[in-house]
Amino acid sequence: MRRRPSAAFWILVILLTVLVIVPLLWMVITSFKTIGESQADPPTLVPQEPTGRAYGEILTTGGQNPVLRWALNSFAAATFHALLVVVVASMAGYALARMEFRFKNAIFSVILLTLFVPGFVFLMPNYLLMDNLGWLDTLLALVVPGAAGAFGVFFMRQFFLAIPKELEEVAMIDGANAWTVFTRIILPNAKAALATLTVLSFLTNWNDFIWPLFVLFSPERLTLPAGLTLLQGAYTTDYPVIMAGATVAAVPVLILYVFVQRYVIEGVARSGIKG
Amino acid sequence: MAVEASAGTMRKRRARVSSGVRGYGRATPYLFLAPYLLLFLLFVIGPAIFGFWMSLHDWDFQLPGKPFVGLQNYKDLFDPLSATAEPFWHGMRATGIFTIASVPFLVVLPLGLAVLLNRKFPGRTFFRAVYFAPFVLGVAVIGLMFRYILDTSFGLLNAFLGLFGISEIGWTNDQPWAFVSLVAVTVWWTAGFNAIIYLAGLQDIPAEQYEAAELDGANTWQQFRNVTLPGLRPVSVFIITITLLASANMFGQSVLITQGGPGDTTATALMVITDTGFSQFRMGQATAMSYLLALCLAVVSIINFALLRERKP
Repeated sequence: MRRRPSAAFWILVILLTVLVIVPLLWMVITSFKTIGESQADPPTLVPQEPTGRAYGEILTTGGQNPVLRWALNSFAAATFHALLVVVVASMAGYALARMEFRFKNAIFSVILLTLFVPGFVFLMPNYLLMDNLGWLDTLLALVVPGAAGAFGVFFMRQFFLAIPKELEEVAMIDGANAWTVFTRIILPNAKAALATLTVLSFLTNWNDFIWPLFVLFSPERLTLPAGLTLLQGAYTTDYPVIMAGATVAAVPVLILYVFVQRYVIEGVARSGIKG
Repeated sequence: MAVEASAGTMRKRRARVSSGVRGYGRATPYLFLAPYLLLFLLFVIGPAIFGFWMSLHDWDFQLPGKPFVGLQNYKDLFDPLSATAEPFWHGMRATGIFTIASVPFLVVLPLGLAVLLNRKFPGRTFFRAVYFAPFVLGVAVIGLMFRYILDTSFGLLNAFLGLFGISEIGWTNDQPWAFVSLVAVTVWWTAGFNAIIYLAGLQDIPAEQYEAAELDGANTWQQFRNVTLPGLRPVSVFIITITLLASANMFGQSVLITQGGPGDTTATALMVITDTGFSQFRMGQATAMSYLLALCLAVVSIINFALLRERKP
């Protein structure tokens, strides 16, 4: 049928790979350089005097830039957020996929419509809401409001629509109630979708930038993205320290990605087709 | 008429349901929906309405009185003499330039990437994962990383270009280079994401269509032109819509790479909005700006939709 890939094809593939990897590699390499070497002209490709100073600086400067604490905050927020999304979105997605009730189409249409409303519309009013709930500068502000996003519901509904109906019908004839059917039959058959949604929600929350920047204030409560901004302001041209901070934020998600890339990519692919 | 018709379908639907297998009570669907709907009403619908309400007030976060001003905040945005119009339209200009400059690249390059990845070759899954990888990183990491690479004096890019005798370019503090940088970094960051969505669309095009085209003697380019592109129309509409949405939301790249500069040329609309609302505490004006920006985005999206929607044969 189709021709074998040519040499030009391989050159392009490799070139693009280099283009992706070089900036990441440069970030990590720089984090092990001295300030002087990070400003050398021409730049050195391998650290001539490799040093852990940058990591020492960000991991130990007690209180000023608690990067480990930020990582912990990010991890806690992203984990709780992902769990909340998976629970509420799978329940709502199941109802919208499999049950008949009044206003179903209207409710689904409104939820779907909000997928296309830009996030900044909610920024100020939700900030005031956080203020009134006493959630400013807390983990709750990072975990809960984001779980109202429409993507998870939409994603789970699409998945449940594709599960054969016979599965539940047999159980329902046997007299199982809806909750039993949902938890014992539907969810075990939805493991891949649940894993995908968990990973996507985790990544979104871990990487979120604008929201934490404005609802968090105390240095020890920040997440990594908000903290990195602080780091950039404090260290301006001390690039090894800034790159060390960026590396601390990047490496956990890259490691996670190596293991779950299939879920992430298939999840993104599926969201597009049905959109 | 419409009401009668919908009542009729409703009755029919209910009859159909009650005759089939239905292992749940009348309240059950709402109970399944309740946890999500509670969040949805509290953090999406409520704020959307309340935000509009705020935009009708002189809503200073720090002052106790928040007088109702009607549409004044919106009118001010069109009054060249007001304090809010100038920064807002500067921001709109930056967001607009960024959108116009980035969307074509973010729509076309990922399509090329997807066509590349749609071929069968050893290591395809690996390269697909590599090209998508930048997207799993947040804008904070991307921003800091490229701030250094693009640095005029210490950056890797200028050092590399220097090998070819090209003198220093102010990637972060000189125009038009600042916009070139922001667009290029955004392409580097998100091209893989759009490519994966295209790829799924490509794999949805039935192989028979290509076979039929080949039987008709169509060459590779003609197949691409007459089978691939029409087959990708729905996916393209989706990609353009979400890319426009992301461009209107543009914030982190400018904050971290160009700090809005040189001057305020790359300070995007969202930077102006957050500055007005959170730094100057004038949230009424800030929400009015948000709604106007959202309206502009809606208009652009609808035009895009009208231009690209499936044409009847």
